[in-house]
Amino acid sequence: MPFIPHTEDEINEMLSVIGIDSIENLFDEIPAHLKSTGLKNVPPGLNEMSINRLMQQRAAQDGQPLCFMGAGAYDHHIPAAVWQIATRGEYYTSYTPYQAEASQGTLQLTYEFQSMMTALTALDVSNASLYDGATAMAEAVLMAVRSNRKSKSRKILVPRSVNPAYTKVTETMVKHQNIELLEVAFDSATSKTSMDSLKAFDGEDITAVVISQPNFFGTLEDVDAITNWAHENNTIVIAIVNPLSLAILKPPGQWGETGADIAVGDGQPLGAPMSSGGPYYGFMCCKKEFVRQMPGRIVGRTVDQEGREGFVLTLQAREQHIRRSKATSNICTNQGLVVTASTIHMSLLGPEGLKQTALSCHRNTQQLLEKLTAIDGVELMFDQPRFHEAVIKLNKPAAEVLDKLAQNNILGGVNLSEHFAELENCILLCATELRIAEDIETFASALAEALK
Amino acid sequence: MLIFEHSAKGRKTKIQSTSGNEMPTDIPASLLREDKPGLPEVSEMQAVRHYTSLSQKNFSIDTHFYPLGSCTMKHNPRVCNSLAMLPGFLSRHPLAPEQNSQGFMACMYELQEMLCDVTGMAGFSLTPMAGAQGEFAGVAMIRAYHDAKGDFERKEILVPDAAHGTNPATATMCGFSVKEIPTLDDGDIDLDALKAAVGPQTAGLMLTNPSTLGVFERKIEEIAKTVHQAGGLLYYDGANLNAILGKIRPGDMGFDVIHSNLHKTFSTPHGGGGPGSGAIGVAERLKPFMPLPVVTKEGDAYRWLTEKDCPQSIGRMSAFMGNAGVLLRAYVYMRLLGNEGMQRVSEFSTLNANYMMAQLKKRGFQAAIPNRYASHEFIITLKKQAKELNVSAMDFAKRLLDLGYHAPTTYFPLLVPECLLIEPTESEAKEALDGFVEALVQIQHEAETDAEMLHNAPYTMPVNRLDEVRAARQLDLAWSASREA
Repeated sequence: MPFIPHTEDEINEMLSVIGIDSIENLFDEIPAHLKSTGLKNVPPGLNEMSINRLMQQRAAQDGQPLCFMGAGAYDHHIPAAVWQIATRGEYYTSYTPYQAEASQGTLQLTYEFQSMMTALTALDVSNASLYDGATAMAEAVLMAVRSNRKSKSRKILVPRSVNPAYTKVTETMVKHQNIELLEVAFDSATSKTSMDSLKAFDGEDITAVVISQPNFFGTLEDVDAITNWAHENNTIVIAIVNPLSLAILKPPGQWGETGADIAVGDGQPLGAPMSSGGPYYGFMCCKKEFVRQMPGRIVGRTVDQEGREGFVLTLQAREQHIRRSKATSNICTNQGLVVTASTIHMSLLGPEGLKQTALSCHRNTQQLLEKLTAIDGVELMFDQPRFHEAVIKLNKPAAEVLDKLAQNNILGGVNLSEHFAELENCILLCATELRIAEDIETFASALAEALK
Repeated sequence: MLIFEHSAKGRKTKIQSTSGNEMPTDIPASLLREDKPGLPEVSEMQAVRHYTSLSQKNFSIDTHFYPLGSCTMKHNPRVCNSLAMLPGFLSRHPLAPEQNSQGFMACMYELQEMLCDVTGMAGFSLTPMAGAQGEFAGVAMIRAYHDAKGDFERKEILVPDAAHGTNPATATMCGFSVKEIPTLDDGDIDLDALKAAVGPQTAGLMLTNPSTLGVFERKIEEIAKTVHQAGGLLYYDGANLNAILGKIRPGDMGFDVIHSNLHKTFSTPHGGGGPGSGAIGVAERLKPFMPLPVVTKEGDAYRWLTEKDCPQSIGRMSAFMGNAGVLLRAYVYMRLLGNEGMQRVSEFSTLNANYMMAQLKKRGFQAAIPNRYASHEFIITLKKQAKELNVSAMDFAKRLLDLGYHAPTTYFPLLVPECLLIEPTESEAKEALDGFVEALVQIQHEAETDAEMLHNAPYTMPVNRLDEVRAARQLDLAWSASREA
């Protein structure tokens, strides 16, 4: 029997110890008329050889198109060592480190992860992860509401230039707690959150403002000015950042005069394959004065009875298993294994490797735009400083063009008109370090063909 | 030693050897980073050695018997991992068009269908990324259901006092108040208390069956009737599907909504604390409210259901579609087990739990609920040892580590004093169960002869008991070069 080791003799011996005749006796308390009469939609079991064949076919069926899509999931190189180490059984098959003495591996690794994230964001503390970037934004909003004692309004400013998927998830997660998400327009020429629309809230009680750097369109926002404006207004600043970009961009802890208060984002660019959207992980860092309002698990360094250094889950009084209905969040399981991979990834790349990757993404994207805008019918939108994503406008319906490209095994980008009516025929695209000149060439000629 | 302490300034591993190291001139200096982030600078070998040796400080299913109650630490078949990590699956962009996604979507659709079948529900959404998120989806749907009927007075969620802490925490996040229902000594919910508690304010009841006490809730039909007659809905916390797989279905018991921790029942790895998956199933009347996306099949083609198809959906819960890679692992596991394998899971996990309970009772241990069969897990209470020998459940737990066993869950459920919640799972052989029983007997003997020794256990781990008070008071949550210097 797959995965069940019992022999006939053992079963009989075990039954006699329990004092019953058959395993079925153990289910006597289930009312007879409720007992299941068999499953109709679960096919007979497959052996390993057959499931291999099935899954190989399915994986191959989806092709491996040349990917110029981003929008929150990016095609980066992951060193071979990352997942080989992360899927060692000792990481892969352990539980949340409740028994600290028997979990020092996971606990120390998590502490190292927290250290790396605080280094990247230039903030004081990090938690052990949340589910993904979108839920991290939602948790940051809830955390800001708990933290900002000067504000009573529970109003949060959310620019339209934030990833719309993140905003949607945040709505789902906060709408039952009397929190109001107020949209802030972006400047139609630059795609940046306009200071004018922020200034409309001058002097008003606003609990927090969300700033995405880069924003959903790839454009770099004036983070210093927005941060300073918010702090003058007693408003908490929630930064959404791409952690890879922080190898070259100013970290949120250094924005404006005093830095952003909370930084969140998706850790996918640091070692998680695109994998249809997950598992990734959300990260969250903050200034130390807010640590007790932080959701999720946090690892701390301490000593044992003999004074040896060791690591434990700490500040657990915030969490659901202690505080129950008054907890900071209901989260318990997070994304531990992906954090493990990501920590190894960051160690292998180091500050220099991360910087080179970020620079390479930036450079390739600039080259991509140069090539594409040379094509008739392609126009660059928002000619602004950017990281590794940009918006182009086509002279034909985007859906039609993207479809043609897909038939040529190219994912040409994300159709923006589905989310932004004003961006008709526009697509959001991205070139990571993997999209070398040859790939860009392939894309450009396919696009030229599609626009003919 | 931390990875940072292996670091040497200027050491580069050259794994990412891309050309050009100049900061871009097309980004204003005010937006650029001035300092170098304080990440370690180590060679590939140093990193590999460091993280390999760290891993060896962990207990895991692959290395130890891990009977952690309510966590279902069963064997994680390696093939589930290798197939979920096929290049075609790993490189699929989450927003890839449907025509480039039919292979992946077929797996997701069939997973939804199989989950509907084993739970007796009408629809399944795979998007919640862990049990707590599944719970959130479930309770948010209960709220959406009442709201859609214009019934805004239902502001209370009932939760048994034995429930997991996420239940009340979730209810609060969905804007409900929480009322606890007491549990009787025999493990059943106090039906009279439930009847007295329900009313026009009742939005629903969150229930686990078998309960967190490890026994089947015998009055389930009457509970369902009571809640439904009061106009409330019934939520099934499906962390315990392992006990009932192929035997009884939550849908047939009267539940309206269920979340299933695929990382428990369907053997996706726990990964040191995730990623999990809290897929959510619903009865017909809650289908319009399911979180998106969901896969549907039209003719031979698979398609995503979106807000256009489901305008009453509670919305999105992840940027894309949840922990897809975890879902693939669960899919492979379910196909390996197949129809006939589902029942075997519940049968052998229940056999193992009852065998261990019987053996421990014979050796003088006290079961929390002694006169009933256990489900897939059971509780031993050490309150006698605590009183007579001054040895706690925590002392037993820590000493087990020395003897090569991961400790069971301690101090949960909160109702049972000095408890060990033991869940052996179906994949453990009789020898492992016998070994664990002998280990507890040995510790009992040690408690009688040298209690002091147990207070300081463990002795063979990389560290002994850690100073948690110091950890919380003198917060040290991140290493930094400047502070160390």
